[in-house]
This record gives sequence, C-alpha cells and structure tokens, in this order.
Amino acid sequence: MSEHMVQISEPATLQVRGLDFYYGDFKGLKSVSLDIAHKRVTAFIGPSGCGKSTLLRTFNRMYDLYPGQRAEGEIVFNGMNLLDKKQDVNLVRAKIGMVFQKPTPFPMTIYENIAFGVRLYENFSKSELDERVEWALNKAALWDEVKDKLQQSGLSLSGGQQQRLCIARAVAVKPQIVLLDEPTSALDPLSTAKVEELINELKSEYTIAIVTHNMQQAGRISDYTAFMYLGELVEFGRTQELFVKPKVQHTEDYITGRFG
Amino acid sequence: MELYSRRILTNRIGIGLSMIAMAFGLAALMWILWTLFSKGFAALSWDFFTQDTPAPGSEGGGLRNAIVGSAMIVGLTTLVSTPVGILAGIYLAEYGDTSRFAATTRFVTDIMLSAPSIVVGLFVYALMVATLGGFSGWAGSVALSLIAVPVVVRTTENMLRLVPSTLREAAFAIGAPRWQVSLKVTLRSVRAGVVTGVLLAIARVTGETAPLLFTALNNQFFSTDMAQPMGNLPVVIFQFAMSPYDNWIELAWGGALLIALLVLAINIGARVLFRHKT
Repeated sequence: MSEHMVQISEPATLQVRGLDFYYGDFKGLKSVSLDIAHKRVTAFIGPSGCGKSTLLRTFNRMYDLYPGQRAEGEIVFNGMNLLDKKQDVNLVRAKIGMVFQKPTPFPMTIYENIAFGVRLYENFSKSELDERVEWALNKAALWDEVKDKLQQSGLSLSGGQQQRLCIARAVAVKPQIVLLDEPTSALDPLSTAKVEELINELKSEYTIAIVTHNMQQAGRISDYTAFMYLGELVEFGRTQELFVKPKVQHTEDYITGRFG
Repeated sequence: MELYSRRILTNRIGIGLSMIAMAFGLAALMWILWTLFSKGFAALSWDFFTQDTPAPGSEGGGLRNAIVGSAMIVGLTTLVSTPVGILAGIYLAEYGDTSRFAATTRFVTDIMLSAPSIVVGLFVYALMVATLGGFSGWAGSVALSLIAVPVVVRTTENMLRLVPSTLREAAFAIGAPRWQVSLKVTLRSVRAGVVTGVLLAIARVTGETAPLLFTALNNQFFSTDMAQPMGNLPVVIFQFAMSPYDNWIELAWGGALLIALLVLAINIGARVLFRHKT
C-alpha cells in the first residue's frame, strides 16, 4: 500500500524519513516518508484520525509539550535531524511557524500580538519593530483593516481577521516554513477565500504545509498532496496528478467521496 | 392537560422551596449587616480615625493605631503572598503536571486552605514569637501570609487550567520559551481571575483574628515598628467587645463595621473587575 513517491524532483525544505509516532502505546504514524518542497504548498488530506495533524505537529516538535508522546525517525531540516534531542526546540519553532484551526490571538493588543514573537529573537529599535509589525500585517493582508486600531485588543477582531492576525504573527518572525493546521475550518466562506488567497501569495517566500479536511481547498491551493489513512501515507504526489489520476484505489475512493 | 398541570404544580413547589431557602440565607446576612450598621455607624467619626485606642476608663478614643497596624500587617502580607502565590500557582499549572514535588505541593496547599487559622497562629508563635523574643508585626504578617498564600496558589492554578491548550500551543509555536509563555500569555489571559484571587485572599486575612492573637498581639499605642507588638483591628475588636467599658464596646462595633465594609468593597471590586476583563 505504501508504494508511492517519496522524493520530489525539486529542492525540499523538509525530508521526512521513516517517521514513527507514538501516543503512549498507540502508534499514530507508521513509517512515514516524504519531502516537503521548497516554497511550495503541500497539503495533507485524509479522514479524521488519519495522522495528518500528528504529522504536522512533529515538524515543529509541538508534541514535546505532552509527556507520553514521542517521535522516532528522521526529519531533516537545514541538514539537521529535527527530532534530535539536542535540538533547541524554541529555535526550531521560530523557524517553523504554525497557525491553528481556531484563531488564537494572544490576550494583548494587535501590535503586541505581532511584536511579542519578533522581540524573542530580534533586538529591534522601536522604529524597526514598527516597521516589522506593519510588514507582517501587510503580508497577511490585514494592515488596511487594523492600521488605525493597533492598540486595541487582538480579541476584538472578527474570526477571519483573528486568523489573519495569527498568520501575520507567524510570518513576522520570518520563518522558513509555515504550518497550517486546518486554518479555515472555523471560518466563513469569505474569510476562507481571503486566507486561501493569502496562502497563494505566501508561497513565493515560504514553504507551506497545510492540513485540510476540504478536498477542494487542497486542490485549489496546493502543489503537492499527501493522502493519509490510519497513520500511513497512502499516496503522495503532485496535486494535479493525485487528484486527476490517483495511483491507489483507496485515494481515488476518498477524493471522489466513495470512501467507506 | 393533567400532566401539564401536575408539572406546573411541581415547578411551583420547587421554586417555592428555593425561595424559602434563599430568604433564610439572605435574612441571616441582612440581620448581621443591620446589626453592624446600627451599632457601628455611631462610632464612625473623625476621632475614630485620628485617635488611638483609649486607656481603660478614659473617655473617647479611636482606632487609628489599629487601623494603621492592620494596614501595615495586611499590606506586607499582600506584598509577600501575591508573588509567592502566583509563581507557585504557575509552577503547579504549567510545569508540575507530572512531578511528584508538584503533587505534594498541591496536597499541602489544599490542607493549608482548610487548616484552622488558630493552628497557623500557634505555629508562628512557636516558630517566631517564642524564639525571637516576643510578639511583633513581622510575626503577624508571616501568620497571615501562611493563610493567604494557599488561596492565591489555588486560584492562580485553577485559573491557568482554564486557559485553552490551543493558546498555550500558539505561544510555544512562535518559539517562546516556557517562562515567557506562562508570564506573558497564559497568566495574562486570566489576570482578572488571578487578581480576584489576590483580592479575596486580602479580604480573608483582613478579618483573621486568631493568627494575630499569637503573633502581632496588640499595642495600645500608635506604632509603625514591625518588630514590636502591633495594634490591629481584629484583636482590638476581640478585646474591646468583651470589655466592661461602653466606649470600648462602641469602638469594637465601629471596627467590625469598618472591616465588613472593607471586605464588601473588595468583593464588589473583584466582581466588577471580573465582569469587565473576561
């Protein structure tokens, strides 16, 4: 079943090799291997519980927060294994940003929401910081909507705006990779369209990995798609190929909705 | 229709019983407040705040020394127990999920929460008063801190546990170290609740008598020396209320009213804060 492409013909930012993941005794990922292409969008699809979010959360070692969860294998990033115990996890997370399903603005002003992360790793003057905040909000297509209320609480924004604030916050620290864990599933169609547009623009500068339950979305925005099922990577390839002529029957069943 | 009217009846009986229970509780509270007001209000005057506690048999007098003493003892208690309690609460909620040390701390905190305050007083008496040469304001603050810290620890921990894990993860996800996540993001998101906890702890210790009896004791004269016995409202009330002098008894009522009003103000303040900030 795992006869699929692993390596891609383009440069890869992340190379996942033989990745196993455990929630205590339960094996959540079974020997997953694939490349995440440089400055491309890679989408992960599959039914709930298939391990796509779990996989995403190994890329920034988010699972480290929870005792009992562990990963084995290799994720090569900038020539180093991310899973190495000696890795500075905070530094990894500064380079691999993440946006979550539900918007999670920090309980501070819109300005501070962005500046908080920047201050962690940069020693900026006030004007440099101002500049970076504006830059990040522009990147997230939010600047025009919030430029007059930077000192208001981030929680005062609408759901869609909050999510774009979170994206701005993630790109503000200039990461190499942005991980998106179902970033639009809590948003209305209009906000979803805005975020998708944003993803399209961001990929010129960042490598993006996105988990989505929305197959059309994966088709619209991604260059590569990985279909996962029960902790295994079933099929991985260029999005057009995978959606148009999937090699595995299982993939075809899932994307055509005949799954079951 | 038969079923419907039966339900209406049951409903009325249920509401009726709850109303009676509520009236019973409220009546007791109102009675206490009314007694306090009617007997204590007369004592509140300029002299009440500007004169010191009178000597036995002398006329007039006020509670200046006790008010200042209480403010100093409780103030120091607040200064000490707020940071200690909040930091310990953060430790329990953010760091101590699996450690044995945290489990023990949590257990001890729970015991301290329900420990009789007289035991705390006796403990500090044995620890400081008996060994360091006498009653003092310092010892009073130590005793009150032992009561206030567990309250602050508990509310801080409980509040932090209400923070959704997604917010915590989001803060970690931009590479923030744990201490920054705790202090700048999660603690901040529940600060109204934590401040409420601190205010309630202050309210609680302001009225504590037993721990001060064994530690700060009392001082008939005005003193700001924390190393000496110190006048304070609860102990003055305790002594004056049972004295044979009319003016002392009136001062005791005044002092009791003052504490009640203060605690009431703190509670209302905490509620207002909670309503607007969350």
